[in-house]
Amino acid sequence: MTRMKLDSQIPSGPLAEKWDKHKFDLKLVNPANKRKFEVLVVGTGLAGASAAATLAELGYSVTCFCYQDSPRRAHSIAAQGGINAAKNYKNDGDSVHRLFYDTIKGGDFRAREANVHRLAEVSVSIIDQCVAQGVPFAREYGGLLDNRSFGGAQVSRTFYARGQTGQQLLLGAYQALSRQAGLGSVKIIPRTEMLELVVVDGHAKGIVVRDMATGAVSSYAGDAVVMATGGYSNAFYLSTNAVGCNVTAAFRAYKKGAAFANPCYTQIHPTCIPVSGDHQSKLTLMSESLRNDGRVWVPKQKGDKRRAGDIAESDRDYFLERKYPSFGNLAPRDISSRAAKEACDEGRGVGPGGLGVFLDFSDSIKRLGEDKIRERYANLFEMYERITGENAYQMPMRIFPAVHYTMGGLWVDYNLMSTVPGLFVLGEANFSDHGANRLGASALMQGLADGYFVLPYTIGHYFATNKVARPTASHAEFRAAEEAVRARIQKLLTIKGKRTVRSFHRELGRLVWDKCGMARNEKGLKEALRRIPAMREEFWSNVTITGSGESLNQTLEHAGRVADFLEFCELMCLDALTRDESCGGHFRTEHQTEEGEARRDDENFSFVSAWEYQGLDQQPVLHKEPLVYEGVHMSQRSYK
Amino acid sequence: MKLTLKVWRQQDPTSPGKFVTYEARDIIPEMSFLEMLDEVNEGLLARGEEPIAFDSDCREGICGTCSMVINGLPHGGQKATTACQLHMRLFTDGETITIEPWRARAFPVVRDLVVDRSAFDRIIQAGGFVSVFTGGTPDANLIPIGKPDADLAMDAAQCIGCGACVAACKNASAMLFVAAKVSHLGILPQGRVEKDRRVLRMVQAMDKEGFGSCTVTGSCEAVCPKEISLRFIARMNRDYSVSLLKGGE
Ligand SMILES: Cc1cc2nc3c(=O)[nH]c(=O)nc-3n(C[C@H](O)[C@H](O)[C@H](O)COP(=O)(O)OP(=O)(O)OC[C@H]3O[C@@H](n4cnc5c(N)ncnc54)[C@H](O)[C@@H]3O)c2cc1C
Ligand code: FES
Repeated sequence: MTRMKLDSQIPSGPLAEKWDKHKFDLKLVNPANKRKFEVLVVGTGLAGASAAATLAELGYSVTCFCYQDSPRRAHSIAAQGGINAAKNYKNDGDSVHRLFYDTIKGGDFRAREANVHRLAEVSVSIIDQCVAQGVPFAREYGGLLDNRSFGGAQVSRTFYARGQTGQQLLLGAYQALSRQAGLGSVKIIPRTEMLELVVVDGHAKGIVVRDMATGAVSSYAGDAVVMATGGYSNAFYLSTNAVGCNVTAAFRAYKKGAAFANPCYTQIHPTCIPVSGDHQSKLTLMSESLRNDGRVWVPKQKGDKRRAGDIAESDRDYFLERKYPSFGNLAPRDISSRAAKEACDEGRGVGPGGLGVFLDFSDSIKRLGEDKIRERYANLFEMYERITGENAYQMPMRIFPAVHYTMGGLWVDYNLMSTVPGLFVLGEANFSDHGANRLGASALMQGLADGYFVLPYTIGHYFATNKVARPTASHAEFRAAEEAVRARIQKLLTIKGKRTVRSFHRELGRLVWDKCGMARNEKGLKEALRRIPAMREEFWSNVTITGSGESLNQTLEHAGRVADFLEFCELMCLDALTRDESCGGHFRTEHQTEEGEARRDDENFSFVSAWEYQGLDQQPVLHKEPLVYEGVHMSQRSYK
Repeated sequence: MKLTLKVWRQQDPTSPGKFVTYEARDIIPEMSFLEMLDEVNEGLLARGEEPIAFDSDCREGICGTCSMVINGLPHGGQKATTACQLHMRLFTDGETITIEPWRARAFPVVRDLVVDRSAFDRIIQAGGFVSVFTGGTPDANLIPIGKPDADLAMDAAQCIGCGACVAACKNASAMLFVAAKVSHLGILPQGRVEKDRRVLRMVQAMDKEGFGSCTVTGSCEAVCPKEISLRFIARMNRDYSVSLLKGGE
């Protein structure tokens, strides 16, 4: 394999002028020629749908794919809390620079500065775009848009649509996409899974997919491939992600030469409903916006089993307010999650197994009235009650951290292009903007920024400067990739072992949650790295899958995803072991301050880790993209 | 808990289907309905049988993927609840539960409980959008929208497109789904511009897909997990007549 070169393509010039300058420098494609370029977009979440719609509007021929039965069901639909934008409608001191700074600092100085600045710049256009599409954001009585505040920020810059912001933004993008489909400029292919990336003469030129209803394996050729396939939280089995979320598309691209960046950066969200038993198939997030009005506490005494209402004020420890007086209950996610874990580790956790902390609304209800709280969070309180059977207006919620988001992803340059020319990666699937920790309400912003306002410019430059003919789908590379896909499916179906796919997934998830979750250390990571290959070996000799590959077979689909997680988790643990420092969500217990905060090692680790695949059971090669900051001073994060 | 399940099994769109009875053992009240089915499927796999195919994704009531008729009611009939959010604490030990797919001509069965709802996508493609391009839009606060209108639009926009309304209706009508989108966009100033042609095109697409007619019995509203109101159907009927009077597009 050729040695890969990481060229981030960051434009020259002052930080705040880079994007404008770059847009001008990018080569354009003649409008009459755009129709000749076929773009394959994999994924119809915020990133994929916004990109596919916008590219079609510009005149490109677009085909897009998703594994759900409709593009509208992509996992983005589940985002509750909101989307950030530096509109400064509240006149509370927000600005592009402040959003940029908060995001860089929130990411613990491990994100690429130029990308983050661009994200903050385009954030304002996103809101304009969404409103024009008919997204029903919450409004004030005067008719103007309402905002709320979110973790990691001291200004109110979060736009929201009740507790269903992701849904409304996705419907906006889906409608834009549907409009193009109606006009015939986009072809939508749902219930179809991408199983291979096809690279011809060094350029991404197509994909191999499986129609999940009929089992048919086929190829699509394109002039470029755009992957917006979401994050890999489901590597942990239990996460807040939809059950179908997977690393498959990204991992197959990694195996074809796309570098995977910072796989160890995963986010644990502090406010999820605690696990209730082994049957659990996923965890449910309670939007972080709840922390605006809820106070987090545990009993001061270890093993205090009294009901919340019976515990006197003086026996309660509002640990976030105590430890982080200026941010209080709005401390960033990694910090809040770790603080909750600590409290539980000390034996002060509440609920079954002591794995929970209280999120208490009684003070807000006293101050604002139950109606106001209902207006803000009714759907969340209802969801909580449906799952737990408890009424959170009357007693505090119980919450516990859960895996929620993955900052790591395929490495991309400033143009969102991976190390495979012609393969662009957007949204949660790339690594670019959130460093080692993402702030709340920033993923929706990034997905839409990538799809509406970045890729449509940068992809044209690729077409204008790389004149590589599109092969047909009968090219030898396609046939070979299809054969590989069929052979793998056949192999899975013929094992006929004794253990279910789910049992492997659960075992793997538990292992990485224990060893590569909220806190990590050398010993645990080495143990995980020893155990994963053995688990993988057992999987490939003892998994059981019934049925055939020629029809809808959900066990087979799940098996394919778990097989990829079984390889991917090794990469994740290797990255966590190699990054011998703490930063953001990556907390190595060996590296903490006196107060138990993450201690970065800027001298040795201010770089992006980009891993290059070398073959199964071979150590991948680590490439480093140095992180240089001109607009901010790298400081120890403090939310005290 | 121990339960008896009568589940619709159908190999593919063309094969005939039938009910098959299964025992579900060791079910606990904290499980969701779909987790209960996961457990049953684990048991089937262990015996070398093919698991029951059913659709789900978010498992938190927002993506609209899960879709099954439980004891005769889409999503099981708990107020404002999707099948994935239904919990076993609502069932009693020893109970028999029937589970079927959505049944409607416009939603052909793919396998077991999984149906094809792409007809809904085609209805949206016919007109369920605001025709704006990316970029070049005015500042988001340029057009104030009264809170009551914004809230009403949001009430309609909450539709998750699951199709329970169709499954509940004796005519398999899609009126509630279409009315929700027509109302969401029609109430907002941004969508009002295209109001007339939108409603005509969407209703036309709905008829073409083979959905039945609406006789306003309200069974759709009763099962809607997002409690979309029948009033939106009335509103759409009005919009539709007005646009016809104006001479169509
Ligand atoms: C419960 C929850 C709440 C959240 N709340 C917020 C919030 O309030 N604010 C915020 O900013 N962020 C929030 N997030 C994060 C945010 O929702 C996601 O990061 C973001 O929506 C991801 O968008 P995406 O377009 O990158 O990917 P997704 O929306 O995950 O879409 C992925 C797409 O790729 C397709 N796909 C995946 N794999 C394949 C394959 N192999 N073949 C074919 N297609 C494939 C899927 O079908 C889907 O269409 C939340 C996340 C969760 C889990
Ligand atoms: S699985 Fe998403 S609504 Fe039920």
